[in-house]
Amino acid sequence: MDVTNSDNILEQVTTSEYKYGFYTDIENDMAPVGLNESTVRLISAKKLEPEWMLEFRLKAFRHWQSLQEPEWAHIHYPKINYQDIIYYAAPKKKKELASLDEVDPELLETFNKLGISLDEQKMLSGVAVDAVIDSVSVKTTFQDTLARHGIIFCSFSEAVREHPELIKKFMGSVVPYTDNYFAALNSAVFSDGSFCYIPEGVRCPLELSTYFRINAANTGQFERTLIVAEKGSYVSYMEGCTAPQRDENQLHAAIVEIIAMDDAEVKYSTVQNWYPGDKEGKGGVYNFVTKRGLCKGKRSKIAWTQVETGSAITWKYPSCVLMGDNSIGEFYSVAVTNNYQQADTGTKMIHIGKNTRSTIISKGISAGKSNNSYRGLVKILSGATNSRNFSQCDSLLLGDKCGAHTFPYIEAKNESSIIEHEATTSKISEDQLFYCNQRGIDTEKAIGLIVNGYAKEVLNKLPMEFAVEAQKLLAITLEGSVG
Amino acid sequence: MLLNIKNLHVEIDGKEIIKGLNLGVNKGEVHAIMGPNGTGKSTLAAAITGREGYDITEGEIWFKGTNIIEMDPDERANLGIFLSFQYPVEIPGVSMTNFMRTAINAKREYNGQPTIPAGEFLKMMEEKKNLVEIHSKLTNRSVNEGFSGGEKKRNEIFQMAMLEPSLAILDETDSGLDIDALKVVAKGVNQLRSQENAFVIITHYQRLLDYIIPDFVHVLYDGKIVKTGGKNLALELEAKGYEWIKEQQFV
Ligand SMILES: Nc1ncnc2c1ncn2[C@@H]1O[C@H](COP(=O)(O)OP(=O)(O)O)[C@@H](O)[C@H]1O
Ligand SMILES: [Mg+2]
Repeated sequence: MDVTNSDNILEQVTTSEYKYGFYTDIENDMAPVGLNESTVRLISAKKLEPEWMLEFRLKAFRHWQSLQEPEWAHIHYPKINYQDIIYYAAPKKKKELASLDEVDPELLETFNKLGISLDEQKMLSGVAVDAVIDSVSVKTTFQDTLARHGIIFCSFSEAVREHPELIKKFMGSVVPYTDNYFAALNSAVFSDGSFCYIPEGVRCPLELSTYFRINAANTGQFERTLIVAEKGSYVSYMEGCTAPQRDENQLHAAIVEIIAMDDAEVKYSTVQNWYPGDKEGKGGVYNFVTKRGLCKGKRSKIAWTQVETGSAITWKYPSCVLMGDNSIGEFYSVAVTNNYQQADTGTKMIHIGKNTRSTIISKGISAGKSNNSYRGLVKILSGATNSRNFSQCDSLLLGDKCGAHTFPYIEAKNESSIIEHEATTSKISEDQLFYCNQRGIDTEKAIGLIVNGYAKEVLNKLPMEFAVEAQKLLAITLEGSVG
Repeated sequence: MLLNIKNLHVEIDGKEIIKGLNLGVNKGEVHAIMGPNGTGKSTLAAAITGREGYDITEGEIWFKGTNIIEMDPDERANLGIFLSFQYPVEIPGVSMTNFMRTAINAKREYNGQPTIPAGEFLKMMEEKKNLVEIHSKLTNRSVNEGFSGGEKKRNEIFQMAMLEPSLAILDETDSGLDIDALKVVAKGVNQLRSQENAFVIITHYQRLLDYIIPDFVHVLYDGKIVKTGGKNLALELEAKGYEWIKEQQFV
């Protein structure tokens, strides 16, 4: 973190209300409210999908209908009425866009407010952005550079049209639609998302980045991301979310699938900042996401880094299936909850191959009346000889009305493997706050500083530009959490 | 007068610790406050800097023409009061650089100035580090984390140099320092001394006062200043011990 950046962060942390709570007035092309087979058909038709894609959706939909919504021990929310949700909304688009000039100025304005710049500066800084507003990809940059390396980075819809063989081969291979309730729902109605393919031996020269955003009222967002890293390839992928303020609860049920072949490495970083609801706990996004990476090849590596500051409810366990011998899974997480937020997040590390290793670093921060749970599973199958896991789960409490819970589940079926687990719970001390105060730093800024220090180990894993954003969000999220 | 404390009474948990204290400090002056352990020296520092839990039940603290007893600690700091802590705390993961920059910008914001440009800040860091002979590696580490006792104290003086307060209170900055570290601290203070600022140096040894010559020496005993004199009073105390003061109290 250079000095200028940390400085900017503290400067920008000035307002207490949710910073990204604005609404862009774009005409929407929407599906009727509710969910049935014809909704699924409509979505598929709108997207001009081939028959096989529709079939996939319909199978998922029928399966979803047979399922019961799961109930979770540590999160509570009013029942979602799935017939009350609009499952498809696309910004009305007049024609295909050739350049940025043709993008709807209001859309550009939204991006600017979010701090996403699609301009030269950003390009020079080496970020390719595939921006998703509601359900349709609006703009993709850097296609040329990527194309030169044979890298495919496009919207999911485009991939279905242009690379059907890849989609057919990999979609649902890590997270099948039968995986869970929300995975089935997503598979039936997913609107768009990103597809990324790194060919054998290629190191992706750019940080690939997708910004998601819920925009229209009452629309659920069902994104799908698929990343395939062929032998010996490398990619770092960033996903960032901000959602505008809204009173009704919004449902977000995404799927992310990653596949890493022999010697491939994928870093997946997320900063999640969906609208968390107001101070009374009204509104906010329900974030039920299924993220899973498959270390299919030998010596492959998948690292999840996440900073979770938003959503009224977060339910999310980015996981690694360590199938290839000597493969590595990592999970670094900072989850912050304030006011009435509830987070139940963690990871699953499934050791299948020999000499597989996993590391889990989880930093939970709870303030207000929020609840923050770490739920992690380390599973070592019988063939996973000499496998190792190290888990460190820390909780930081601000105030005495919030809760922190740790649920580490361990299933070890191989005697030669080693599992280590450490956990701590701490509070910000009055001494630390006074020390900062005495240096002229007010209590809110002091908390931001202390919390960022506490989470540093994880923040350091993020790509630079993301780390800056994440630090800002941590501080913003905890504003008003003292006193 | 820069600092004017009138009839100050301070309670901790309902127990009176400071019992009617008066103290006036002008710009350009160095005051030493001496006294045995547990007489309320740190409590006085806490009351001046506004620490929670130190209840002012009576009296006034005037600083730069304002009675500051209702003011938040950060505002007092930004007004120009600095405390070198007797026991500096560690803040894991927060680099000294980031911490200092945050503090300096808080002060600048308070004074309606723009944030400090990165270049200027780094130059200032270098300058002040040399002043207190602090090594670069200390400022690259997290605030006080893993610092030795002496390093922590030097780091306090470094922060003082960075923040350029008009009133600096040094609470036993000398305890636990070897003679070389003590000289470094004294040198730092002496270089920062000017006609525009003042120092209140809390100590119970006269040692430091060989290097920082005070204008006044006060003896704090049982929550009150019981004796005030020039720098010779410190020598006298050293020679006769605090018993001498106690005896005088009961005469
Ligand atoms: N936080 C506290 N809670 C309770 N008592 C305290 C606290 N701080 C100081 N005291 C008491 O106040 C008195 C003065 O302490 P202090 O100001 O630290 O003395 P000195 O700095 O002169 O050694 C002592 O009796 C001490 O026990
Ligand atoms: Mg003391």
